[in-house]
Amino acid sequence: MLRKRYSVGQICIVALISLFSLACLLPFIMVVSGSVSSEKDIVNYGYSLLPRHISFDSYRILILGSHRIVDAYIISIIVTVVGTVLSLFVTSMAAYAMARRSFRFRNALSIYAIITLLFNGGLVPWYIICVRYLELKDTMWAMILPPLANAFNMFLMRNFIMAMPEDLHESAKMDGAGEFRIYAQLIVPLAKPVLATIGLFISLSYWNDWFLGLMFVDKQELQPLQLLLRTLISNVEFLRSSSNAMDIQRIASQLPSESIKMALTVVTIGPIIFLYPFLQRYFVKGLMVGAVKG
Amino acid sequence: MKIVTGAERTSTSVGLKSKGVLRELVRNRALLLMFLPAATLLFLFNYLPLAGLVIAFKNFDFSKGIFGSDWAQPFFNNFDYLISSETAYRAVRNTILLNALFIAAGLVFEVGLALLLNEIRNKYFKRITQSLTFLPFFISWIVVGVFAYNLMNFESGAINRIIQSLGFDPVDFYSEAGLWPFILTLAVRWKVTGYGTIIYLAALTSVDNSYYEAASIDGATRWQQTRYISLPMLKPTIMILTLLAVGRIMNADFGMFYAMIGDAALLFPTTDVIDTFVYRSLRKSGDIGMASAAGFVQSTVAFVLVLVSNYIARRTDKDSAIF
Repeated sequence: MLRKRYSVGQICIVALISLFSLACLLPFIMVVSGSVSSEKDIVNYGYSLLPRHISFDSYRILILGSHRIVDAYIISIIVTVVGTVLSLFVTSMAAYAMARRSFRFRNALSIYAIITLLFNGGLVPWYIICVRYLELKDTMWAMILPPLANAFNMFLMRNFIMAMPEDLHESAKMDGAGEFRIYAQLIVPLAKPVLATIGLFISLSYWNDWFLGLMFVDKQELQPLQLLLRTLISNVEFLRSSSNAMDIQRIASQLPSESIKMALTVVTIGPIIFLYPFLQRYFVKGLMVGAVKG
Repeated sequence: MKIVTGAERTSTSVGLKSKGVLRELVRNRALLLMFLPAATLLFLFNYLPLAGLVIAFKNFDFSKGIFGSDWAQPFFNNFDYLISSETAYRAVRNTILLNALFIAAGLVFEVGLALLLNEIRNKYFKRITQSLTFLPFFISWIVVGVFAYNLMNFESGAINRIIQSLGFDPVDFYSEAGLWPFILTLAVRWKVTGYGTIIYLAALTSVDNSYYEAASIDGATRWQQTRYISLPMLKPTIMILTLLAVGRIMNADFGMFYAMIGDAALLFPTTDVIDTFVYRSLRKSGDIGMASAAGFVQSTVAFVLVLVSNYIARRTDKDSAIF
């Protein structure tokens, strides 16, 4: 039999999808290329997909020249790791309590959690509570605590635990295990897939977050990586928009250059690209399950 | 996981009703204790701010705190202030218009990409392109801001280089407010289309293949199959997701706006939204009265919208509503 020839429609579809996929990929390549380009090339030729002259100077300066960047990296890692671990712990325990069918107050607890998904007080009261009453200003906790308990994640996990057979719990109880023990030795190991999925969700949002840093952290040495990147970029933009050309030239020679900005961007994306294959698989699976369930 | 049939599952909630509440609490102290950390955190970061909405009616004094501050005279003073502010009006208008634009573009891009991907028979091409479109979802808005800057800045931006090489004058995107609703829409679509497509794609793959087979026997073209089978199948999903998005139309993604625009006041006429307006009033100008009044309006309208859209969603499809 003859091979089926591609129709015009098929070719158009393939072209459209390819175009959009390329558009999604190219900015990444541009940044990587910019980070290994020499400053002169960027100034003369602009950003391009392939570097004209390869130079790793920007990375060298980044790592050796500035302890602020290393500090910011460490802050981001600490916030992400501590936040994710604590959040998983809090979320899974709450989910377990909400999932226990024989627990009379489980619906009350669910309503208590669901209300937080529907109403919010907005930025101002939230900010004032955090700063004045909880004294989170300029602490690392300001970047860890506010998103720690997320009702949405608690419900995801509750549904997973509720899908487990109730007999499992009963027999463990028969053997004399208390709730804590059942949770730690039975539920947690069985809930590993959902813990991994939600853990990835949480760590991604911790890693990418800079809003909390912007709101609460004024101290330079506590700034997370994303905020540092933001500061670096807005400084350059600010200089660009200032009217005095002499000033710009003078400061531009001292400021981290374009290629360093690109290098910092690459470093900021780094861990995510590294985790990407795992992340994507879990996300797609999680979303598919959610979608099919409706 | 072990599969348990319904018959094996025993009912465990029999006989609980007669016991006292207090005894129940004591008996379940372990479970309550396990819920305690989450309850405390939700109380501190969600319930207290909810109660804190009263500051919209107060003359907030930092030293006296939210509940100790004096009431505003008259109590709607902050709102008077807000209503007379042109910036606030602009922020509300921009929030709704931009979100409407995002929702409309989201529909076109996400449903469109899902339908296109559904036509692809080559497994590898499908998998690779899907991975690529999903990639931007994982980076922060700050990084997207860098990408946007690379493309659009005046001196070295790639777009301006292309424009120049074609013999036109470069465009200073960062001072053209009129362009930004479209730039922002494109940025949002670039970042989350891959993610948003997954749900539609899942809905499409669950469509029974025999529909398509029957249609093609009847001589339906691929386009007709898409038009009369795929799209109607997606309709419930489209409706629910759109409804829920409409419920959030008063809330803007602060992270995106601030990362893309920052303090570029030139762009505010088209890009200043309630969230950025409140942020500036709170953190920059220190105008807490105005900020809290704007936040109050935002929260109340958002609340009503969520309730309404959820109500409609529930009537449309019982399983899709949040509550």
